[in-house]
Amino acid sequence: MELAFIIEKFILITVIFLITLTIAAYSTLAERKIAGFLQDRVGPNRAGPGGMFQPLADGLKMFFKEEIIPAESSTTLFILGPSLALLTALIGSAVIPWGESVQIAGTLVSLQVTDINVGILYIFGVVSLGVYGIMIGGWASNNKFSLMGAIRAASQSISYEIPMGLSIIALLMTTNTLSMKEIAEQQHGINWNIFYQPLGFLIFLVCSFAETNRTPFDLPECETELVGGYHTEYSGFKMGAFMFSEYINMFVSSAVMSTLYFGGYNYPGMDWVNSMAGPLFGPLVGMAVLILKIFAFIFFFMWVRWTVPRFRYDQLMNLGWKVLIPLAIANIVITGIVITIIDKL
Amino acid sequence: MNFWERLYLPAIFQGMGITFRHMFKKKETVFYPEVQREFSENWRGMHSLKRDEQGRERCTACGLCALSCPAEAITMIAAERQKGEEQLYREEKYAAVYEINMLRCIFCGLCEEACPKEAIYLDGPIVPADYLRKDFIYGKDKLVEEPMKLS
Repeated sequence: MELAFIIEKFILITVIFLITLTIAAYSTLAERKIAGFLQDRVGPNRAGPGGMFQPLADGLKMFFKEEIIPAESSTTLFILGPSLALLTALIGSAVIPWGESVQIAGTLVSLQVTDINVGILYIFGVVSLGVYGIMIGGWASNNKFSLMGAIRAASQSISYEIPMGLSIIALLMTTNTLSMKEIAEQQHGINWNIFYQPLGFLIFLVCSFAETNRTPFDLPECETELVGGYHTEYSGFKMGAFMFSEYINMFVSSAVMSTLYFGGYNYPGMDWVNSMAGPLFGPLVGMAVLILKIFAFIFFFMWVRWTVPRFRYDQLMNLGWKVLIPLAIANIVITGIVITIIDKL
Repeated sequence: MNFWERLYLPAIFQGMGITFRHMFKKKETVFYPEVQREFSENWRGMHSLKRDEQGRERCTACGLCALSCPAEAITMIAAERQKGEEQLYREEKYAAVYEINMLRCIFCGLCEEACPKEAIYLDGPIVPADYLRKDFIYGKDKLVEEPMKLS
């Protein structure tokens, strides 16, 4: 029993890692393709049919490049930075419920690595750890541009975690649970949280753009001002790890947003599909739906990146402290009043 | 700005609509090696030394092109036509060596204008890239037009 459990989880973790890494790798291609389409170009199309092998070529290039460690840098921290960024990006997907439990040979297999009862808090912890990789990397480079990028990353992350947490509080008031699995189960069918928390979702969305360092919040690495920001001094595979962690972050935060607000693996008509497809394939259809939602979010991330210009630093702080936090608090108050009124009726 | 404009969200959505429409527009990309963009009529590319209608080299090595060249890219060594070479060179004097340094050339077309024999024209393609400086000095082997095939 114990061994079977370990094997089951091991297989699940491996599959989720593979899916995450594949999607992250192909996000780099998708980003360039979408950038091309939005600018009336075609994007990379030489490596393989339609550019399908471009991520492979990019990865190989990263591997074979010379890895430079600046002489004046702190070597241990310099290596630790990208490793930490990649690690924290990857462990975030552990609490996301990828689907309902699958029935294989009479036993129920959960499609979630672990259902801890404080899943949302775990995600928050991991997301706020993510900035440490950037900060350590930027600090260890011993370069003024890297340091500037790291400072910006830290201040941006602190500023935007507060409205993010506050927007989640309003969500918790309606769902009454911190477990990701229960939140996903509550949104059965089309009973999605977005309909109860539209403002909360908007705040959460803006904050996840900031947390993943995507445009218009890509101040930590803005090429036009800070050369490369926190990864100015990085090259080769360590640079690749930083870039990869950004795409994994995007994938994980898309998964979190889909699960928290857009019903996760739920979709209208799921009961009928489940009765038709059976207990093995029904949940897998739900997983496919979740991944489709994630793709839609990733596309949205890229779409915004190639539309909206970067914020100025003071605008960033203004938006975070003077707009989003009051809005999030107002959202909590309104949610509380509405819940009380509904309970009294 | 009124409240609606200060929200910024309508403007952002408007912008996103514009970028989304661009996804379905015609792509401007020219797929270079397969498709080549047409040159304009007054395009000045690589030089070619012309032959006359009997396949003889028109150049008489007068040196006016080298003189007119503002970049001093053209050098030539003249030679006298020997007996029996009448079908090779039109005039009694011809260029034994004719070299253009493509790194110096600015493709102004003044050599073309200076030539009294209509022997040099800048009607070729783009001068290709190369690795060594010496390979950019084009001699007669690269410049002289292919002889007409008399069937």
